[in-house]
Amino acid sequence: MSKAPLLELRGLTKHFGKAPKLVHAVEDVSFAVRRGEVLGLVGESGSGKSTIGRLALRALDPTAGSVRFEGEPIEHLSQRALRPLRRRMQMVFQDPYASLNPRLRVSSIIGEALDAHGLAPGAARAPRIAALLEMVGLQAEHASRFPHEFSGGQRQRIGIARALAVEPDLIVADEPVSALDVSVQAQIVNLLQDLRHRLGLAILFISHDLDVIELVCDRIVVLYLGRVMEIGTAEAICRTPQHPYTQALLAASPRPDPDRPRERRLLQGDIPSPLTPPSGCVFRTRCPLASTECSASVPPLRDLGGNHRVACIRDTAQIDRPTYPQHGER
Amino acid sequence: MTVVPASMPPLLEIRSLEVTFRTETGDVVPVRGVDLCVEEGRTTALVGESGSGKSVTSLAVMGLLPRPFGRISGGAILFKRRAGDVVDLASVGQEGIRTLRGNEIAMIFQEPMTSLNPVMTIGEQITEQVRLHMALDGSTAMRRAIEMLSLVEIPDAVNRATEYPHQLSGGMRQRVMIALAMSCNPRLLIADEPTTALDVTIQAQILALIERLRKEHGMGVLFITHNLGVVAEIADSVSVMYAGEVVETAGVSEIFREPRHPYTGALIDCLPVRAQRGADGRRVVKAIPGTVASAVSAPGCKFEPRCTRAAEACAAAHPILEPVGLDHQVRCIRWSEP
Repeated sequence: MSKAPLLELRGLTKHFGKAPKLVHAVEDVSFAVRRGEVLGLVGESGSGKSTIGRLALRALDPTAGSVRFEGEPIEHLSQRALRPLRRRMQMVFQDPYASLNPRLRVSSIIGEALDAHGLAPGAARAPRIAALLEMVGLQAEHASRFPHEFSGGQRQRIGIARALAVEPDLIVADEPVSALDVSVQAQIVNLLQDLRHRLGLAILFISHDLDVIELVCDRIVVLYLGRVMEIGTAEAICRTPQHPYTQALLAASPRPDPDRPRERRLLQGDIPSPLTPPSGCVFRTRCPLASTECSASVPPLRDLGGNHRVACIRDTAQIDRPTYPQHGER
Repeated sequence: MTVVPASMPPLLEIRSLEVTFRTETGDVVPVRGVDLCVEEGRTTALVGESGSGKSVTSLAVMGLLPRPFGRISGGAILFKRRAGDVVDLASVGQEGIRTLRGNEIAMIFQEPMTSLNPVMTIGEQITEQVRLHMALDGSTAMRRAIEMLSLVEIPDAVNRATEYPHQLSGGMRQRVMIALAMSCNPRLLIADEPTTALDVTIQAQILALIERLRKEHGMGVLFITHNLGVVAEIADSVSVMYAGEVVETAGVSEIFREPRHPYTGALIDCLPVRAQRGADGRRVVKAIPGTVASAVSAPGCKFEPRCTRAAEACAAAHPILEPVGLDHQVRCIRWSEP
C-alpha cells in the first residue's frame, strides 16, 4: 500500500464567475485525509466546505492547486481517465428527498451504481443489493419499494447503501444528518461510525454542526470564507481551540445545558461577501482581537506541535483562552 | 381577615387544544392534547421533532390555520389582553383575532424571505404595519419604522429602511421580521424556529436580541424549536411535544436534569454531546429506535412503540398529563417507577 495519504489537497483554489463578480469560494486550501480517517470540515455558510467536497471528487474543476488521490494528481485527468477512480470515491448528500430518483425502485437506485462499474452482474445482483440494504439497517424486502415509501432517515440509509455499493475507499458526506430529526440523526451518526470501523472507510465529513463533527471525526479543519483557520485533532479543536474564530464558533454553539451562563461574548456583524473578501486575515473584520497588522498579509498556518496548526499571527499565549468544560462528555 | 388574592391568569394558557384538518381521505388530527402556559415576561419553549404538531399549535394561536380545511376542534386558548380581560382565541372568531394579531400577539417565522414582501422596501413594510394598527400618519410611521430598525440593532437604519429584502443577509432579514413584530409592542411573541435557517454565530446574535427585547418590553415569548441547545439557552419553562401532544412540561433546569417522560430523556440522550464511550472505546449516541410517529389515533401512549420502558398497560389506555411536582407535568403512567 502506498505511503501517500488517500486524498490530499494542495493549495486548492476555486473561483466562480468573472471580475467584478468573481466569487472567491475556496482560497489556497491544503490538507490530507489518511486511509480510514474521518476528517471533518466545519464552517458557516460561504466557508467553502461544500465546494471543497465537490473539488475533492472532481465534480468541480479547481481554479488552481492540486487534488491527489493516493499521491497521484487527478485535477487534470479526463472524465474517462477518472472512471476507475470514481468507484473508489463516493458521495452522500444532505437531502435524502432530492438525491434519490423518485421513479426508481430502491433496487434500481443501488443497481445503477453497480452497473456503472460492472459489479455484481446477473444472478449476483439481487443478493448484493439485499446485503447492502442489511448493512445499512434496512431489509432485503425494501429493494422493491420506491423512495416515497420511506422516512427521511431511511432514505439517508438508502443513499449510504448506494455509495457503499461500489466499495469505495473514500466517502464525501456533505451534511449527511443536517436534514434529519435529532432522534434519527443519532441513528445515522451511529451507522456511519459503525460502517467506518467495519469497512475501514475514509470519510470527508462536511457539517456546520460542531457537536456532530466532534463526535464522528478524528481531525477537524475549520474554514472561514474559503480559507483554513485551524486544523487539529477533534480534541484539540474542541477543547483547546487556538483561533479566535474557532473559539467564537464554539461559544456560539447552543449547549443543552441550562445552567451554563447565558451572557457571552458574541461575534458582531455578518460574514463578509466572498465577492470582496477582506485583505489579510479574512476573519479580521469580525475578530475581537484584530489589530492593524492583521490586514497586512494572509496569516500562514503555523504549526503548534501535535499536528495542530492555526492561521493567526497572534502568539497563542496572548489569545484570551476561554475553557469549554461543558463541551462534550469526554 | 386575610384576603387571598385571586391567582393571576397567565398571559397565554392553552388547554386541551385539538386541531382537525379535513382531507380527501378523512379527518386528521395533528394536535390532540396541547396544554401549556406562557407567563408575562417569560419564555416558554415548545420542543418537538417534525410532525409533532408544534407549528400547528402556533398557527392555531394566531388564528392562521389554513381555511377551510383546518379548524380548532376542541379545547381553549386563553389570552390575557392588554385591557386585563381574558379572551378565548379558539372561539373569538376571525374578526376578534384580527384585532389582536400583529397588535397584542406577533409572530416570527423560520424563513424571513418568504414572510417579507419582496417588492416593498423594509421601511414601507414596517410603516404599513404601524399605520394599520396604530393609526399614525406617514412621517410619524416612517420615524417609528426607523426607530424599530434601530431597536433590533440594524446599523445605519435610515438607509437600510430604503432597501429591499433581497439586499439583506439572512440574519438581517430576521432582524427586520423582529422589528415588524415588535412595532406594535406585542404582549406575546410567537417565534417559530426563528434561528433554524441561520449560521450559529448569527443565531447567537438573534437569540440575544430576542432575550433583550423580552426583558426590556416585558413580553411573553412562545419559542418553538427542535433544538434542545437553543431551548437551554433561551427558555424559562419547556413543553415537550410528541405526536400531537404535550408529554412533559417543566422548568428548564428541571427538564434537563430530571426528565420524567421517557421521550424527553431519550431526546436529551441522543444529542451528540451526550455520547457515551462503549466497551470498545468508541463514542456512541443513544439513538431512539424507529421513526417519529404521526398523530395516529391508537388507544395507548403515542410513544409506546419506541419506548424502552413500555409495559403492557402503556398500549392499553391513553395517559393523561398529570402533575408530578411543582410546575412539572408528565404524560406517562410509569413516571414514578424507577
